Amino acid sequence: MSHPDREHAWLDGNEAAARVAYRLNEVMAIYPITPASPMGEWADAWASEGRPNLWGQVPQVVELQSEGGAAGMVHGALQAGALTTTFTASQGLLLMLPNLYKIAGELTAAVIHVASRTVATSALSIFGDHSDVMAARGTGWGLLCSATVQECGDFAAIATAASLAGRVPLLHSFDGFRTSHEIQRVALISDAVLRELVPDALVAAHRARGLSPDHPVLRGSSQNPDVCFQAHEAVNPFQNALPQHVQAAMDRFAALTGRQYRLFDYHGHPDAERVIVLMGSGCTTACATADALIAGGDRVGVLQVRLFRPLAAEALVAALPASARRIAVLDRCKEPGSQGEPLYLDVLAAVNEHWPTAQQPLVVGGRYGIASKEFTPAMVKAVFDNLAAEAPRRHFTVGIVDDVTHLSLPVDPAFAIEAADTLRAVFVGLGSDGTVGANKNTLKIVGDATGLNGQGYFVYDSKKAGSITVSHLRFSPRPIQASHLIEQAQLLACHHWDFLERFDLLELAAPGGTLLLNAPWPAEQCWQQLPQRVQQLIQRRQLRVFVVNAAAIAREHGLGGRINTVMQVAFFAVADLMPLEQALTAMRTAIQKSYGRKGEQVVAANLAAIEAARGSLQELEVPRDVVGPGAAEAPLAELPIPPALAAAPADLRELLLPQLQRRGDQLPVSALPCDGSFATATSRLEKRNIAEQVPVWEPDLCVQCGKCLMVCPHAVIRAKVCEPEALANAPEGFRSAPARDHHWSGQSFTIQVSAEDCTGCNLCVEVCPARDRSEPRRKALNMAPQRPLREQSRAHWHHFLQLPEMERSGLNLHHINQQQLQQPLFEFSGACAGCGETPYLKLASQLFGDRMVVANATGCSSIYGGNLPTTPWATNGEGRGPAWSNSLFEDNAEFGLGFRVAFDQRHRRAEQLLRQHAADLPQALVEGLLNADQSDEAGIHEQRQRVKELRQRLESEATSGRTRELLDLADDLVKRSVWIVGGDGWAYDIGYGGLDHLLASSHDVNVLVLDTEVYSNTGGQMSKATPKGAVAKFASGGKPTGKKDLGLMAMTYGHVYVASVAMGARDEHTLRAFLEAESYPGPSLILAYSHCIAHGIDMAKGLTQQKQAVDSGRWLLYRHDPRQSPPLSLDSRSPSLPLAEAMASENRFRMLRYSHPEQARALTRQAQEEVRRRWERYQRLAHPGEPSP
Amino acid sequence: MTISLTTHYLGLELPSPLVVGAAAPLSGDLERLKQLEQEGAGAVVLHSLFLEQIERDWQEWLHHQEHWSESHPEALSYLPASDPQHLGLDGYLEEIARARRQLSIPVIASLNGSHPGHWASAARAIEQAGAQAIELNLYSVPSDTSRSSADLEAEQLQIVRQVCEAVTLPVAVKLSPWYTGLAAMARELEQAGARGLVLFNRFLQPEVNIETLDTESHLDLSHPEEQRLPLRWIALLHGRVPLELAASSGIASGADVVRMLMVGAQVCQVVSALLRHGPGQLAQMRAELVQWLQEHDTGDVNSLRGSLSQQRCPNPEAYERAQYLRALSSYS
Repeated sequence: MSHPDREHAWLDGNEAAARVAYRLNEVMAIYPITPASPMGEWADAWASEGRPNLWGQVPQVVELQSEGGAAGMVHGALQAGALTTTFTASQGLLLMLPNLYKIAGELTAAVIHVASRTVATSALSIFGDHSDVMAARGTGWGLLCSATVQECGDFAAIATAASLAGRVPLLHSFDGFRTSHEIQRVALISDAVLRELVPDALVAAHRARGLSPDHPVLRGSSQNPDVCFQAHEAVNPFQNALPQHVQAAMDRFAALTGRQYRLFDYHGHPDAERVIVLMGSGCTTACATADALIAGGDRVGVLQVRLFRPLAAEALVAALPASARRIAVLDRCKEPGSQGEPLYLDVLAAVNEHWPTAQQPLVVGGRYGIASKEFTPAMVKAVFDNLAAEAPRRHFTVGIVDDVTHLSLPVDPAFAIEAADTLRAVFVGLGSDGTVGANKNTLKIVGDATGLNGQGYFVYDSKKAGSITVSHLRFSPRPIQASHLIEQAQLLACHHWDFLERFDLLELAAPGGTLLLNAPWPAEQCWQQLPQRVQQLIQRRQLRVFVVNAAAIAREHGLGGRINTVMQVAFFAVADLMPLEQALTAMRTAIQKSYGRKGEQVVAANLAAIEAARGSLQELEVPRDVVGPGAAEAPLAELPIPPALAAAPADLRELLLPQLQRRGDQLPVSALPCDGSFATATSRLEKRNIAEQVPVWEPDLCVQCGKCLMVCPHAVIRAKVCEPEALANAPEGFRSAPARDHHWSGQSFTIQVSAEDCTGCNLCVEVCPARDRSEPRRKALNMAPQRPLREQSRAHWHHFLQLPEMERSGLNLHHINQQQLQQPLFEFSGACAGCGETPYLKLASQLFGDRMVVANATGCSSIYGGNLPTTPWATNGEGRGPAWSNSLFEDNAEFGLGFRVAFDQRHRRAEQLLRQHAADLPQALVEGLLNADQSDEAGIHEQRQRVKELRQRLESEATSGRTRELLDLADDLVKRSVWIVGGDGWAYDIGYGGLDHLLASSHDVNVLVLDTEVYSNTGGQMSKATPKGAVAKFASGGKPTGKKDLGLMAMTYGHVYVASVAMGARDEHTLRAFLEAESYPGPSLILAYSHCIAHGIDMAKGLTQQKQAVDSGRWLLYRHDPRQSPPLSLDSRSPSLPLAEAMASENRFRMLRYSHPEQARALTRQAQEEVRRRWERYQRLAHPGEPSP
Repeated sequence: MTISLTTHYLGLELPSPLVVGAAAPLSGDLERLKQLEQEGAGAVVLHSLFLEQIERDWQEWLHHQEHWSESHPEALSYLPASDPQHLGLDGYLEEIARARRQLSIPVIASLNGSHPGHWASAARAIEQAGAQAIELNLYSVPSDTSRSSADLEAEQLQIVRQVCEAVTLPVAVKLSPWYTGLAAMARELEQAGARGLVLFNRFLQPEVNIETLDTESHLDLSHPEEQRLPLRWIALLHGRVPLELAASSGIASGADVVRMLMVGAQVCQVVSALLRHGPGQLAQMRAELVQWLQEHDTGDVNSLRGSLSQQRCPNPEAYERAQYLRALSSYS
């Protein structure tokens, strides 16, 4: 038949799957989780636009409080007869498991789309492998796996059709990031094809099975031992039949589209002796490698598993060539303690049961690609080589160096199979500079103009500020069979000069290739400015080098830091993919399309930048011999190492340096801790130099108020007070001033900035109240270019660190200028520039860090707090500092409660032992230890002294078992301050049940909710903390309901300390609340307003935004202290700013005006009224005896 | 007796000379507009569409869509992809269309800008959206020392010409009072195609905070004494230039309306009084106007117009500079 589906689009796997899932469902339950979130986001956005599904109806898209909730709703909607789906990954899928068993047990047709991601063990990872879907293999759901972007859409449709036909639900999975985020040109599936594929009769049958009082049934019974077993077996016919239904759907799909799939697709030599069996994205690289080896004379092949459950074992064996003698089964997951991973064991059993001859092939199993570890042609070859060995390893890993259990196969790094007619281009950019967006656009321009196949894959790092992006683009006249990163690029573009010093970027350059540099220097100076190692590699690899000052052109044309247009022009000019003028015309068209309707200045600026870029691109003349005679043989110059890192202990340096230089893949197994425990205080070794501008302190103007120190999100601006003599040897230019606080009369005060750690957010300058009266633009802090200050700042900072820290017990912690002299034990995080969360964490670390243990819910704070390579959680001069751990997203309150009860138990045991030793110890010491008042710094200090004395006395004694135990537990006699930290997604939504339970207890814990009013870490999805009228992902049409009043709910218990703070509105109030909360001997809850990039604000004005939230009454400041009467103190003034005015200052609210103006006006009016009513309610609570306002 | 308040302004028939002036808090909300109509508004001037602001709003929207995007694997963006279809001109056109559907009184659009731009295309779109007239607000603070008054005025006339040529709608120009040759400028505006003048625009004036050493901006509502400036100029221009004159600034009572009509105003624009006292103030002013007309045995409001203009008043010199000197001397 003819194939009507000729329409193509450039999509990633998530969008390809979502486009089909949206049309084939009536109900969608959504919840954010990387890397599956975009599927839910697409669904929400389309529903908000009113886009219909296949039956002309807009699906209901409902966000739940967790994946567990989503699964429950899916189950319910299915039971009620609606076509229902959800999208998830990793821990999310695990939270769904109980419902998956139920849904499958009830023979309910459904498909869940999974962007596969590794399941957290000792560490979380957002990257892809099959451990999540493999954990679901026992649920009774079918497992259908897509390997390419095209298949994501195709299999979404096939899975739905097969499930409706076979009444077995299916998990449709594809590899997280590698497939979910890869962009390819794919053939779209028309509505007509979907209608043909999913007959109305099957839909009607599904609906007919829904619960109805008109023909009632009971489902979900409780069964006794007499029948339950039989009931389990009753589903067998359906499970047995599902593979045929899937194959039938695949065949129908092939007839409709021309794309034929099979349950098991064999690719390779017809008489292959060695065969690899695997599933997922790795299949493409494996097949391409097999082709290359076959061309070289090898008899090899690859069996691609598409349907893993129910396993059609006979069909699997039948798909293998009869000639196969050795089979390697590769699993992209790890099942510790098993005889082998799931696919291996199943293939082994299938071969054992169904191999047609007595002489069965040898089957071996290996692990690869865990957590998006690269899976390259060289690794595929290593697996084939293992099969060719005299005695192949039966169990192995590939892709890492395992020097502990020696399971890894040797890999030849020189082996490559990239075709000569494929253009491989790699672009290394700075996050937010537009590089990735431009490359996505380039794919379309080139692909559409030339007909070439294209592939775009984008690698991001884990920092939120100053992150590095690496774009991998392939163009080829033939279909691209490569699910691995480009290792040798014919065109390598470096969009940020500093990268050349930070890591070995040119290792990616293919010999004879082209290097394109965004250079901040005149062309004639560029060669001299290049690091020696880069010069050497350019020469040795005989690279052509082109330079353009993209940053300057972008600045001149008002494009800020977005250099994408300029670099895209340069790319087209040097890539020789298509005529330059044709490419530029396409760029101009794209610019007009993107911006033209409303932004003529933006269009004009970009068009002018195109011309400027074209005229500015220059080729560098590469000297033949720069590094002297014999240069070709000379060793490559080393990359510079930050001095702080160079001075770090060797084991730490050897772990960190490869990661910081993007060589972490080379670290062997032995380099990693076996239990996930890492040293803290490592961010101070990194020195990322990401700020264009940094603050410079003017001592003559400074009033020494400490506000700048308090608001700095990255703890890069700090102060100390010292004797003037301590500054005698200070390096030149080290600034100080007489201390203004009479407490330190005669001493010197200094503020220093670690320019190398600063992100240039400007918050400190914004908050600085001191101005020069003769020139008010000049404050006590002013921004200045970082690069000229870098060396001097490094010396100053080093000297500053040598100055003694302030004696903690001598500080009045209620005065910000004194309190802020406490050493931050949270520093230089990877959070966004101007982050609204981190100042609160830093404050807690200053106040309580030396006795603090943090349970951190998954989210922004766990990423900037605990994402390798470094951590901002730091230690003081005594080696003490916060101990930190992350369990999951949903369980953080319970996790922290576990800390508390364990510490309490240890403390009580230590006291018990102390009493048992009382006769051998001075009575005053024992009584002091047992009755210590540890409510303030002095009390903590004294207790530490007592513990020290206790240790000295016990260590001098003969060591009995009990004495040893007391020694081990002695430190537990010092107070442990337990902090349970997370965002609003955790506290308001997924973790609320646990949080509520914790608050209902009497345990002494401190809960800090960093309330950004969205799921910030996953890109700004709506939570129950999102305010009415705000646009967020999953709330594209504006949140119709108000923000949950979590504080009020907690107050209803009566015994919970609750504070609502906003540092930008009243910093001293925040400080007071933290002190009170920690001192309260029961559960404390601090709700901290945290401005966020997801609000659509200028982050430099984050503190002003906080103040506006308070001035408008949208955010109240209060403290509810059960020790007081009345407990509630309402610390905000009555609302003085119209809510509409405050809302208009944030894009998240303005967006609704632009998309749904009537809705925006209505919600604003309602929100204003709710602010008024809430204010009155709090007034009544704060002043119970007074008449209502 | 029967009182007729029917007024003609910019070729439109208005049920009364009370016009709701351009201000976002009044006309940004359709419900509020409907209320104002019920309270007696003769026409409504929608809040201004700031041409420069459109581009800035768009750039800001774009900035927030793009600035933090594509840099972190978990969050390739932080706001949903949405089409800001009501941002800027499109949203304004929608407001015009909605106002036209819901109101029976004339709807006048207001265009505001300071530099040559895309006035003509915006004006055409406004016409197509159903606006019945355009009020062109020539806003500028002429701080550029290299540009003379003549340059700036020529530029403004060019803008007026562009707009008037682009549309068939009547166009009124809202002016600031700071022209050296205001009467001549009025004449030239008329020759450029304007049909009316709105006198005058009030600008936000910055405040200086001597503690924070910074400038601040506050919205200051007008007061009745401010009506004297437009009153004088309407009196002077009435009959001198063939333009319809709308009074604006400080008009808060029925007596104020009578006063303005007497000096020659075609209509009176009210903003501050409504913001200060609410929409009901309009009904109050209308009632006061009707009462005055009844008490003075005047059945048609139009009969008042121009009776105290300079050309018809008993003491024409009162509107000239000499009167200012006398007032000073009598005061001293």
